[in-house]
Amino acid sequence: MEHYNMNLTLKVWRQRNSKDTGHFDTFQVKDISSEMSFLEMFDVLNEQLVSEGKEPIAFDHDCREGICGMCSMVIDGQPHGPWGQTTTCQLHMRHYKDGDTITVEPFRANAFPVIKDLVVDRTSFDRIIQAGGYISVNTGNAVDANSLPIEKHDADEAFAAAACIGCGACVAACPNASAMLFTSAKVSHLALLPQGDPERKTRVVNMVEQLDKEGFGGCTNIGACEAECPKGISIENIARLNREYVGAMLDGGSKNTI
Amino acid sequence: MTLNSKIPSGDLNAKWETYKSTCKLVNPANKRHLDVIVIGTGLAGASAAASLGEMGYKVKTFCFQDSPRRAHSIAAQGGINAAKNYQNDGDSTYRLFYDTIKGGDYRAREANVHRLAEVSANIIDQCVAQGVPFAREYGGLLSNRSFGGVQVQRTFYAAGQTGQQLLIGAYQALERQVALGNVTQYSRHEMLEVVKIDGKARGIIARNLVTGELERHFGHAVLLCTGGYGNVFYLSTNAMGSNVTAAWKAHKKGAHFGNPCYTQIHPTCIPVSGDHQSKLTLMSESLRNDGRIWVPKAKGDDRKANDIPEEERDYYLERRYPAFGNLVPRDVASRAAKERCDAGYGVGASKQAVYLDYSSAIIRYGKSEANKLGINNPSDAQVKELGKGVVEAKYGNLFEMYEKITGENPYEVPMRIYPAVHYTMGGLWVDYELMTSVEGLYALGEANFSDHGANRLGASALMQGLADGYFVIPYTLGNYLADEIRTKAIPTDHEAFVEAEKSVNDRITKLLSIKGKESVESFHKRLGKIMWNKCGMARNEQGLKEAITEIQALRKEFWENVFVPGSADEYNPELDKAGRVADFLELGELMCIDALNRNESCGGHFREEYQTEEGEAMRQDDKYMYVAAWKYNGESNFELEKEDLNYDVVKPTQRSYK
Ligand SMILES: Cc1cc2nc3c(=O)[nH]c(=O)nc-3n(C[C@H](O)[C@H](O)[C@H](O)COP(=O)(O)OP(=O)(O)OC[C@H]3O[C@@H](n4cnc5c(N)ncnc54)[C@H](O)[C@@H]3O)c2cc1C
Ligand code: SF4
Ligand code: FES
Repeated sequence: MEHYNMNLTLKVWRQRNSKDTGHFDTFQVKDISSEMSFLEMFDVLNEQLVSEGKEPIAFDHDCREGICGMCSMVIDGQPHGPWGQTTTCQLHMRHYKDGDTITVEPFRANAFPVIKDLVVDRTSFDRIIQAGGYISVNTGNAVDANSLPIEKHDADEAFAAAACIGCGACVAACPNASAMLFTSAKVSHLALLPQGDPERKTRVVNMVEQLDKEGFGGCTNIGACEAECPKGISIENIARLNREYVGAMLDGGSKNTI
Repeated sequence: MTLNSKIPSGDLNAKWETYKSTCKLVNPANKRHLDVIVIGTGLAGASAAASLGEMGYKVKTFCFQDSPRRAHSIAAQGGINAAKNYQNDGDSTYRLFYDTIKGGDYRAREANVHRLAEVSANIIDQCVAQGVPFAREYGGLLSNRSFGGVQVQRTFYAAGQTGQQLLIGAYQALERQVALGNVTQYSRHEMLEVVKIDGKARGIIARNLVTGELERHFGHAVLLCTGGYGNVFYLSTNAMGSNVTAAWKAHKKGAHFGNPCYTQIHPTCIPVSGDHQSKLTLMSESLRNDGRIWVPKAKGDDRKANDIPEEERDYYLERRYPAFGNLVPRDVASRAAKERCDAGYGVGASKQAVYLDYSSAIIRYGKSEANKLGINNPSDAQVKELGKGVVEAKYGNLFEMYEKITGENPYEVPMRIYPAVHYTMGGLWVDYELMTSVEGLYALGEANFSDHGANRLGASALMQGLADGYFVIPYTLGNYLADEIRTKAIPTDHEAFVEAEKSVNDRITKLLSIKGKESVESFHKRLGKIMWNKCGMARNEQGLKEAITEIQALRKEFWENVFVPGSADEYNPELDKAGRVADFLELGELMCIDALNRNESCGGHFREEYQTEEGEAMRQDDKYMYVAAWKYNGESNFELEKEDLNYDVVKPTQRSYK
């Protein structure tokens, strides 16, 4: 692969903390290699800021392999940037050319308050899982794994839903800031497996209730979430969640204790 | 000798069973009054915290990421081992035990490894019950694949995302306990000190990374599940935040550090592309199932890979190790790659790479697929298309990752790979009960020196982390806490807490007040270069001695010239990183000291002075059949204590994969 260097202009959201109103700052970065990842480009910028005695830009990241779900930038208006099914950390600079201007913002949603600069608080996702995104089985209670054959097709579909990395790009992409894709991915993962069956009704009702409590918007089937999801989580999952939900409500809703 | 490994007496087969049926228990009413602190929520921490919460203990968990689900365990790709023998290929508890001992080059404890093999099957059962979607066959039963260093298929997997699925399973179990009120979860918190009272671990000082506030937390016991320290090399396959800080603080508070020099260099990673590189990406070992590794037979051959004819390729692993071929253990495969590149046969722009080639696997799978579909005389193009489909189903996400990073299509051209730092077998020394040499302080998962000896076999870290958390600590912790039921929660205004908090605060103030000229990142990179060049894949006496002096000098420079921007009372990632790099600068020195002490080659520790004529590692069993457990006596002052290893069942021999 041929590589090249480029100079870029970056417009980056700066915000001291959740109370600050925030603003864009503009930076120039030079000699960025096309082989760098987008976050390595940010490393270069931050090193530059530190060498000038300034504060670097705070951003979330950890694995840099597209699996932990920590990285979370809106790049030129798109959560995780221009590449389809790619997290911010896996976007590479060969997408850009010399002279480009790139705008970078945090994932925005009422339920994701900004902590600093590009870092937001996504603990609402943990609480949605706490509301029912699990199978109640204590350690030591399990039977032999192969005593419960599961059709390959179902197992594969459950896996596809379970591949969600909990990044929140679906929320950032949605005009309503709905977390329906994330929630439906978990509901589907567990509803598709026989192990998840006993709790499927209370699970969906409690998780949806928590979704509302956290201040996420409602789903109006726009589909922006699926388009921006780095893991290709299908919007079919939302349809499944709705079916599960309606089924559970017809059954008298949930009076769940965990 | 202060170290007591507490290995139960009796037959190897019976030790764990006997332990479980004779250890002390804590009754449910008392459990409610016992506080347990769990640092880290990776596989080890999440599984431990969930299980202990279920049992009724009052648990607090801490992690530095924004959610437990983001722990580095999430990135594990290839799979998890278990002695299920579902493939009917002769697997058994004994064989898993034996493979792990041999794979570790006879530097692990027999009793621990046997226990690991015993509980391995329960792990798979537990995970399936939680809804972990492992790969399955058409008949609905679980699928297995092979991994390096073994001749059976015992690895369970979920595409190339096994760690993710296992961690999500443990995370969900943990969140359930949070919902039930049995566990309190602290995210974006970093533990920065262990609090000891009367010789026992009684709590921690943690920093709220959002507000910068220091917090005191009491616990009747403290569990460190804080992962490995591969990032001491700067470049590694570990997540950016992985660090040694928690383990290092424990070490400085009296916990011995076991075998710090045992580092695993993984043979198949995407090579370094330039100075900007911030981390290295693993290409799972599972790829060696089907991929073939080669370099050109001619030195400095500059042709494109696909232009080099078959007879001019050197499949050096198949040539040197016909019995295991491309599936030799990691240390062996890594050294062989280095040997070829050092000898001038490397490929790619940097010449520091070898090929991992899928072309023959694609054709092999394509033909069998055509057969299945009843296509007679398929065209070459058809075979290739069908074969690609099979490979995609097995390894699609890894191939995609490779393409995103390098811009090259691995279905068409062989991948370029090179070894990279991946895992640390060394860690806090623990006894059979996973207790460190500080009473009440435990270490689980990659953070302990554990079960892998001098080299870990693929798919064994996930197994060990979950074994420790789900199936070992629930028993061994009870054995300790049974004697603590009369200990009332100690108020955190106790002087030990005050002192510990002060020392943390002083250090933060110091880091911020240096206001030097060089960034934390730059110091980290410089340390990494020293470690990689002198304490990496090959080590020698002179290099290690130089490294020790260089690290000491670098550490001095750090404390005089580092620049940490921002303040202590806000979200400040540079400050977090500064503390971690400061600890790496101390650990690096100990790793070199340990490597210098160990005048032999074993597993991942390769001393150039000790090799056979064919370049294989040469152990010195008469002198070094021990765990090197280092005690901290002050800066640059470490004292060696030895735990002798006894092999009652397996007879150590020269490891051979030929
Ligand atoms: C790319 C990659 C692929 C791998 N693939 C496999 C595989 O296929 N099979 C296999 O068996 N193994 C694999 N491994 C190894 C395996 O993933 C790890 O060894 C294992 O997951 C470690 O788990 P752990 O629970 O010990 O620690 P981790 O998952 O690293 O968790 C550490 C936890 O500690 C917390 N922590 C650390 N320090 C502090 C502190 N000071 N204060 C508060 N919290 C702290 C972190 O927040 C985190 O929650 C792979 C490793 C890598 C790098
Ligand atoms: S559904 Fe997709 S976008 Fe939403 S959290 Fe999961 S992985 Fe991220
Ligand atoms: S940093 Fe982990 S997904 Fe991007």
